[in-house]
Amino acid sequence: MRYAMVIDTLKCVGCSDCVVACQTENDVPIGFCRDWITETVNGSYPNLNLELKSERCNHCDNAPCVRCCPTGASHSVAGGIVLVTADECIGCGACIESCPYDARYQHPDGYVDKCTFCHHRLEKGQLPACVSVCPTKCMYFGDLDNPNSEVSQLLKNRKHKTLAPEAGTNPHVFYLI
Amino acid sequence: MQEELFTSGRNIPHIDPYLQIWHWPISLYLFLGGLAAGILFFAALFYVMGKEKEYPAAVKFASIIPPIALSIGLLALVYDLTHKLYTWRLYTTFRIESPMSWGAWVLLIVTPLSFMWLFSYYAEIYPKTEEKLQLLKKFKFLKTFEQFLKENRIYIAYALIPLTLVLGVYTGILLSAFNARPLWNNAILGPLFLTSGLSTGAAAIIIMAKTKKEKHLFGKIDLALIIVELALIVHMIMGYYAGSQVQLEAMQLLVGGDFTLMFFGFVVILGLILPATLELIELIGYKVPVIVPAMLVILGGLIFRFVMVEAGQLTRFLY
Repeated sequence: MRYAMVIDTLKCVGCSDCVVACQTENDVPIGFCRDWITETVNGSYPNLNLELKSERCNHCDNAPCVRCCPTGASHSVAGGIVLVTADECIGCGACIESCPYDARYQHPDGYVDKCTFCHHRLEKGQLPACVSVCPTKCMYFGDLDNPNSEVSQLLKNRKHKTLAPEAGTNPHVFYLI
Repeated sequence: MQEELFTSGRNIPHIDPYLQIWHWPISLYLFLGGLAAGILFFAALFYVMGKEKEYPAAVKFASIIPPIALSIGLLALVYDLTHKLYTWRLYTTFRIESPMSWGAWVLLIVTPLSFMWLFSYYAEIYPKTEEKLQLLKKFKFLKTFEQFLKENRIYIAYALIPLTLVLGVYTGILLSAFNARPLWNNAILGPLFLTSGLSTGAAAIIIMAKTKKEKHLFGKIDLALIIVELALIVHMIMGYYAGSQVQLEAMQLLVGGDFTLMFFGFVVILGLILPATLELIELIGYKVPVIVPAMLVILGGLIFRFVMVEAGQLTRFLY
């Protein structure tokens, strides 16, 4: 079992529904977010290329946050999901410094918080909140170890990229391009 | 040309537009940890070498600094945590891959040892205070404890030599373990911070020293350490220069960027080259008040930690 998220940048319109769904589902405090939208413009006028992406924790295989955590609060669970145990976290910030994606933040209550791939929903057989609300259906979620899953098929057939692969983290959020 | 915008969600305090997760307490701690490691290293080394009487400042008098520095440093570290009540969680586990875990455990051992080292010399270096307080006479167990420490000083010294080296290196490795911050992510930062810590330690001993002989010896040691440190800084810059795009951009901060004056002006010139020159002039035989280069080295070390912690958080991966 290896969970992964696949996001089709050609279908994403940057509506931010995923951001709002996440904040509602996970009770994210105001002013913070576990996922966000970036708008990247490449090239020079008039040859411009716009790319919209929904970004979040990449649930890396080689997660620097897990490596740097001094207490073991940051850890990987079955399916490759990286989680933070709030009452083991001392709020030292080492994981935030170590994350190439700046995907973590210090919750106002002190501990460090981030995307969980909606672990609590997966346990009930539901999709992550962001995936389930996407109005253009540009987000896909599933098991990479299963060659017949939707995500495996998409990655097999479509051109894709990950963010900052040179950081050596082996991220598991893929972007179809 | 590439332009990237966050269109929603991101305006997180202390993270956007650039990281400000580690503040002045971390820089202060990295400095104080290095200083304490330097002083304790020399104290233990000269004790083991049997030079206790020849170099009393290094072995005895300067030993007042490490316990104070480590206590302030530890308070600063805890102050910068955001989930302070859970600090004890550091000591329920040892995580071999996490430099911070190493540091937490080393500090847990070195801090009490630094207090023990000071206490074993307390009656000797502060006879007037002891006369007034009569601590050792009033409390029998303190006298017994002092006796025990005096008899076992050599074992404390043997333990301190490797432990202080680990402490000194760890202050650098703590930063260099983060590959997401290209300015920090170089293998030379550990040895560089260790050298800087030893150098500030030697400078503090120069200030505490009373005899010319001791001032001279530590002046020479400090000079050698400054030269090594300068060489390591050159290597660090060369490493960035030969590095990838993110490292080139990190280097820009120090060379021709926002931190150039702080780094080259205050750290390299005022904190290393000037004191090295003054120490050299003094060694040749001219009269230079040694407190001047020593203070410059200490201040340079402090500013160096602030520059590295602050500049490092401005650097990041591109994607």
